[in-house]
Amino acid sequence: MKPTNIEDPNYFHKVIDCQYACPSHTPVPEYLRLISQGKYDEAFKINWISNVFPGILGRICDRPCEPACRRSRVEDNPVAICRLKRVASDYKSADISFLPIIPKEKNGKKIALIGAGPASLTVARDLLPLGYEVDLYDDQSRAGGFIRTQVPSFRLPEKVLNEEVDRILNLGVNTFFNHRVNSLKEMLDKNYDAVFIGTGAPRGRDLPNLPGRDEADASVFIGIDYLASVLYRHITHSPSKVLVLGGGNTAMDCCRMAKRLGGDEVKVLVRSPISDMKASPWEIEDAQEEGIPIIENHSPVDFVVKAGILVGMHFQKVAAHYDDEGKRSLVPTDEPPVFIPCDQVILAVGQQNAYPYLDVELEMNKWGLPVLDELTHQSSIPNLFFGGDAAFGPKNVITAVAHGHEAAISIDLYCQDKDLHDRPEPITTLISQKMGLQDWLYDSHISDDRRYAVPTVDKVKSLKNRLVEVELGFSKQTGHQEAMRCLNCDVQTVFDAVTCIECDSCVDICPESCINFIDNASEAELRKNIMIPANNKEQSLYVSAPVATGRVMVKDENVCLHCGLCAERCPTSSWEMMKFTFNSAQAGQK
Amino acid sequence: MSFERPTFRHPQQAKNEAGYTRKDYEGAISTLCAGCGHDSATAGIIQACFELNVEPHRVAKMSGIGCSSKTPAYFLGRSHGFNSVHGRMPSIATGANMANRDLLYIGVSGDGDTASIGMGQFAHALRRNLNLNYLCMNNGCYGLTKGQDSATADKGSAGKKGVPNPYASIDLCELAIELGASYVARGFSGDKKQLVPLIKGAFAHSGLAFIDIISPCVTFNNTSTSTKSYEYVREHIEATNTFDFIPLQQEILADYEEGTSQAVTMHDGSIIHLHKADSSKDVTNRLIAVNNLETEKAKGRLLTGLLYVNQEIMETHDIINSTLRPLNSLTERDLCPGNQALQKINDSLR
Repeated sequence: MKPTNIEDPNYFHKVIDCQYACPSHTPVPEYLRLISQGKYDEAFKINWISNVFPGILGRICDRPCEPACRRSRVEDNPVAICRLKRVASDYKSADISFLPIIPKEKNGKKIALIGAGPASLTVARDLLPLGYEVDLYDDQSRAGGFIRTQVPSFRLPEKVLNEEVDRILNLGVNTFFNHRVNSLKEMLDKNYDAVFIGTGAPRGRDLPNLPGRDEADASVFIGIDYLASVLYRHITHSPSKVLVLGGGNTAMDCCRMAKRLGGDEVKVLVRSPISDMKASPWEIEDAQEEGIPIIENHSPVDFVVKAGILVGMHFQKVAAHYDDEGKRSLVPTDEPPVFIPCDQVILAVGQQNAYPYLDVELEMNKWGLPVLDELTHQSSIPNLFFGGDAAFGPKNVITAVAHGHEAAISIDLYCQDKDLHDRPEPITTLISQKMGLQDWLYDSHISDDRRYAVPTVDKVKSLKNRLVEVELGFSKQTGHQEAMRCLNCDVQTVFDAVTCIECDSCVDICPESCINFIDNASEAELRKNIMIPANNKEQSLYVSAPVATGRVMVKDENVCLHCGLCAERCPTSSWEMMKFTFNSAQAGQK
Repeated sequence: MSFERPTFRHPQQAKNEAGYTRKDYEGAISTLCAGCGHDSATAGIIQACFELNVEPHRVAKMSGIGCSSKTPAYFLGRSHGFNSVHGRMPSIATGANMANRDLLYIGVSGDGDTASIGMGQFAHALRRNLNLNYLCMNNGCYGLTKGQDSATADKGSAGKKGVPNPYASIDLCELAIELGASYVARGFSGDKKQLVPLIKGAFAHSGLAFIDIISPCVTFNNTSTSTKSYEYVREHIEATNTFDFIPLQQEILADYEEGTSQAVTMHDGSIIHLHKADSSKDVTNRLIAVNNLETEKAKGRLLTGLLYVNQEIMETHDIINSTLRPLNSLTERDLCPGNQALQKINDSLR
């Protein structure tokens, strides 16, 4: 293998698994460190700059960072990164000095944002400090989009949502609420310098061809519409027996909501095995915790309506078969259909994109989505940009935020007649952490603590009232201990082959047996030849230039604890612990 | 000013046939200087114990005084051990060995502990061919007292103080062969590929197995003028031969072409396969073994590897015909066999 190019910012960035996995690349280890030091304001600020909605995301984020967390490869569970984000938000002071200064004198450019969800709000936040004038259109009476209408208050209190949304609106967004955009042509004719569409994936999937669907219509709801109707109090109670169909997070929200509205026998039915469900594991756990059974491998057959009233549904039991490529097919078993009685059915079987306002010539792909440049988010109409679920189909909030950042950069470049592909680089630094003998700028001690559970409100209380937030959040003390579980993956082990005397001290001390001095070979061979084979191919091998004996240093990054013992035991400082910071570029950055 | 080793280990860390992971053979974290060769030698011992499925509770670690003699704290944290007076490791090991011949004895000493204050003890342990693995971590200086030249420092070699050593040095391996050791080897802490098999061979050997481990003192004797620095040793190292150590239970998988290797069967049934290169040396003949050392020395080279092995020499227990059982398992009936037995002895003397 060639020596690893550590000058490439992507190399060390990838070592910081959580930050790399985050669509917005929030510097996770840095803010966890600040939380462990009680510096909640600074931790919040880092989050706010990167992901715009720390209080919201600290509750409802899809957390791509957590499955990526190195800790889950070292022991059983990742650091509770998401809930620590909430800690930063819960305990920050009232100080708002982190807010950017909005220039009184505008730059003369006007931007329209359609849809007031997280993607549009991110664009607004990124462009306002640069002097742009921003008009925001939404058919609802308040901003928030999906987060407001479809995330139940027992997971995200309205107060938190309002605080974070208003923080952006108060920067000086011109809002046009209760204003449904029916014609994109009209918007484009208004002579905005750029138009951004962040209208989400607003349509819930139905099962129109299932027998009895029309007859049962009065008792059948579409998941996301159901949640919105609850929010606006069109629906205030549930009948006794409710079936929720679907295995995603919306299904989990719907069943928990039905339980709160009086459903005493709420069941979730999924076609697949539970292990294949799309919902996040913790959402599934939360639903089961509230006494909602999840019945797997049941495919709906028909709605049973008697005397005009829905009385139940038939389901066919299926078994999941996987072919050699892991592709799943659900094969019906020999058993006769199962009848499950119910008074109401909520269909949460997926979301679809819809662009009802589309009345201009816009290039669309075969999935009915606009053709976009994946990097710039620019559509076939040069001054029209897309972000969030409206861009590439339903994803999640943090992805929408990341889209917002990219679109803002594009819009800014576009408005200056610059090349959209000539984008600002991320800002990176690499700084030594050595203070002296056994003295580092970071806390290198590795905590043995296992993941702390977030305390919750008494179930009796929370199941009665849909407005009571279930999770209480970590205390400062528990937050500190949980943050200390972080392995400081941003503090990199940097090796210098020239000064190494090959004493083997690093090899001998490394608790994870990561470090090897062996003869160079191809990557596949090196992965096999090192002390403990590097079977996790997602993780890089760090290969040095040849040392004096002609061998190379090979480090498997996979389970490195970043404990610094290699550097501690190195007599020649050939190993150094250096903190790598990576901050994604933002609009206006030179 | 303290640091600790995290408790986590690689999740794919293998278990050996005795059911232990490498971690089970570790000891406390080292307090030696960063980069000390002794830590590598220690890691070599851990590796050898792991690979040989040694049960930690069947090991006794003996040592004297010095940097090297601190190391038994850093390996096999769950074994027996005794840290004795300066230079007195061999006599303590002899006593323990006489009391219980069933344990695996690892005696750790240094060049000061062995070649100066403990020379007399060293000589007599060799002479008796005590069943002991005598590992001497040899750095040519007194690291614990700020790096004065030791008796193994080569003439003309200069450490950190810069004054060349005016005296002749003692070659511990030659001495060991001369005085009756039955397994003599030299390794380098910076080359575990060679060191670990040497230690494994020693463990399988019955009788005194002496390994001179050149183990650079990174603080006082790793200078460009020293003959015991990492760099100098690497540049001047010469090996008798390479060898495979095949434990008794293990199937011989490698194909050894006739005439290219020599097999030495150890007392426990393990086999050492010596690979003969063109330059390879006969290590089963004492005269030739000493000659090999002297020849390479004259060329300015440092001979390493297995230097001498002799499976014919009896170990102390066999020489003195002592009981096969550990003393603590002998009952009153064994020790006082009664009047009849006494009469028998008396009759035999009449």
